[in-house]
Amino acid sequence: MSTTSSETRPSFLTSLFRNNNALGVMFMLPAAVFLVCFLTYPLGLGVWLGFTDTKIGRDGIFIGLENYEFLWGDSVFWLSVFNTVLYTFVASVLKFGLGLWLALILNENLPFKSFFRAIVLLPWVVPTVLSALAFWWIYDAQFSIVSWSLMQLGLIDHPINFLGDPVNARASVIAANVWRGIPFVAISLLAGLQTISPSLQEAASLDGATSWQRFRYVTLPMLTPIIAVVMTFSVLFTFTDFQLIYVLTKGGPVNATHLMATLSFQRGIPGGQLGEGAAIAVAMIPFLLASILFSFFGLQRRKWQQGGQD
Amino acid sequence: MASVDFVNVKKSFGSHPVIKGVDVEIADGEFVILVGPSGCGKSTLLRMLAGLENISAGEIRIGDKVVNRLAPKERDIAMVFQNYALYPHMTVAENMAFSLKLKGASKAEIETRVKPAAEILGLTPLLDRYPRQLSGGQRQRVAMGRAIVRDPQVFLFDEPLSNLDAKLRVAMRAEIKELHQRLKTTTVYVTHDQIEAMTMADKIVVMHDGIVEQIGAPLELYDQPANLFVAGFIGSPAMNMIKGRLDPENASRFIALDGTVLPVGKPVEAAKGKDLIYGLRPESMRLDGSGIPITVVVIEPTGSETQMMAKLAGVDVACVFHERVAARPGDIINVAIDTRSTHLFDAESGRRL
Repeated sequence: MSTTSSETRPSFLTSLFRNNNALGVMFMLPAAVFLVCFLTYPLGLGVWLGFTDTKIGRDGIFIGLENYEFLWGDSVFWLSVFNTVLYTFVASVLKFGLGLWLALILNENLPFKSFFRAIVLLPWVVPTVLSALAFWWIYDAQFSIVSWSLMQLGLIDHPINFLGDPVNARASVIAANVWRGIPFVAISLLAGLQTISPSLQEAASLDGATSWQRFRYVTLPMLTPIIAVVMTFSVLFTFTDFQLIYVLTKGGPVNATHLMATLSFQRGIPGGQLGEGAAIAVAMIPFLLASILFSFFGLQRRKWQQGGQD
Repeated sequence: MASVDFVNVKKSFGSHPVIKGVDVEIADGEFVILVGPSGCGKSTLLRMLAGLENISAGEIRIGDKVVNRLAPKERDIAMVFQNYALYPHMTVAENMAFSLKLKGASKAEIETRVKPAAEILGLTPLLDRYPRQLSGGQRQRVAMGRAIVRDPQVFLFDEPLSNLDAKLRVAMRAEIKELHQRLKTTTVYVTHDQIEAMTMADKIVVMHDGIVEQIGAPLELYDQPANLFVAGFIGSPAMNMIKGRLDPENASRFIALDGTVLPVGKPVEAAKGKDLIYGLRPESMRLDGSGIPITVVVIEPTGSETQMMAKLAGVDVACVFHERVAARPGDIINVAIDTRSTHLFDAESGRRL
């Protein structure tokens, strides 16, 4: 009786809808179209521009690796690579150290805990350009509040040339970036810390661990998977930073704070050399891939995380 | 090994008192179980002993040392947590060796301590596994192993069996008891399960609402409950409570609210005229054609015994018979009451008379 319905042959559409693979492709299609239009196309265009001599107002022709050959011999480009790596490395280390420290403090039972947690997020919430403008004033050659305070305290006798001196300028932009990046690291690590059961800490303290040993042998190893994710994102954000530098120094003085992102923009848009700018941007990709690979291996589930249920 | 003394111990969270003055003496080598409903303060008391909670007032002594101000690691105690609190990133062996490693013990010494402990608990084949790869019962054993390796003065257990299934719980119960008989280390064990308390303890401390209701050996609590709370808490199914008064003419007759007469084993003349509660153990009734009539409501044969819910003196009472009862809901059967195991309680104070 129930077999009578299967006598009629299902139409093509019906069978298509019954096929799991076909159905899967159909469901993914909108997302795929979206990705192609808004991610792959600009990325592909950027890579293509890197192989052309396009200028603003003039279509370029394919010139192979000429842009890259030129950059290979360009000391400003290499300076920007050095700056970017230095900027990323120092800022990330500081963000990690200070962020972890802040997260550990916020994880304690403080009065007004949620208030402090909200406050910590502020630098992250403020638009970068706005905070960069604030730092611009803080670092101003004449009106810097830091210089003024130190002079009032009698520690120095003339204002510090924050953004005019290459070494100072690098330190200043790194400090501003660290200030902006700490909340992300601190709040993410705090979320990680809260997944660690307090009874583990209690067990460790009964086992005779000092607070440093509890951190070293219990908290830190359990936090490493989250540290890997957070620091990968932090490195990616820092490496591609643009706004802060562009508002504070525009790459100066004498290119001392030019990052690859700012140099790419400088050459491509104000300088009009779209092809060359694109080539600089493409040159960032190997670095970014390296840090993604790092996270890929860092993120792999450790042996202790595998198997079984909780 | 050491004795443990709680002297008028109090604890409040803010202005809310959770432990309202507790005195307990635990002898060296004794297995003591703190039992009570959730929120009675038993876990808090254990955590105070471990040093994980501050003591608001009073004194806790381990051996003859007052430990009120000592950090947990200075108290020489080991604790098994309800969720086991195994370090997930360490193998079983590393978990067990952690405390020794912190003390700076040599590899050889760690080995000589961990191996026998693993042997006792049957963990030897699992030493290289991570906690996630273990079953609940195995994790439980690792948590105990971690405690044994320490060779502490006192073992603390905080509801260690509540995450296990019923069958495993019975097996682990026997294992813990056997372990205690072998090691003879003073043990304080917290549970809300009175069966666990009855089967394992040398001494039970019944707690309720931050105070100790009664301290005694398991059967002592069962036979002579100090008050209504202990009477209702110890024993399963729970003791039946029937309201009424003594017969003014004859103190060995208890008259329930609906007029049913129940026999009293130990007549208390002074209680005449007072509101009383008649405590009747479910297992102290037996079938007897000339006894008191009860109406069957629900009947649950379990094979070894027959549990029954019935109406006696107008209230629902639980009965347990050690024989098979061929009755159906609605039937009226007659039971005789063994007056040796009935109790009278003052309805106002709850004290047993």
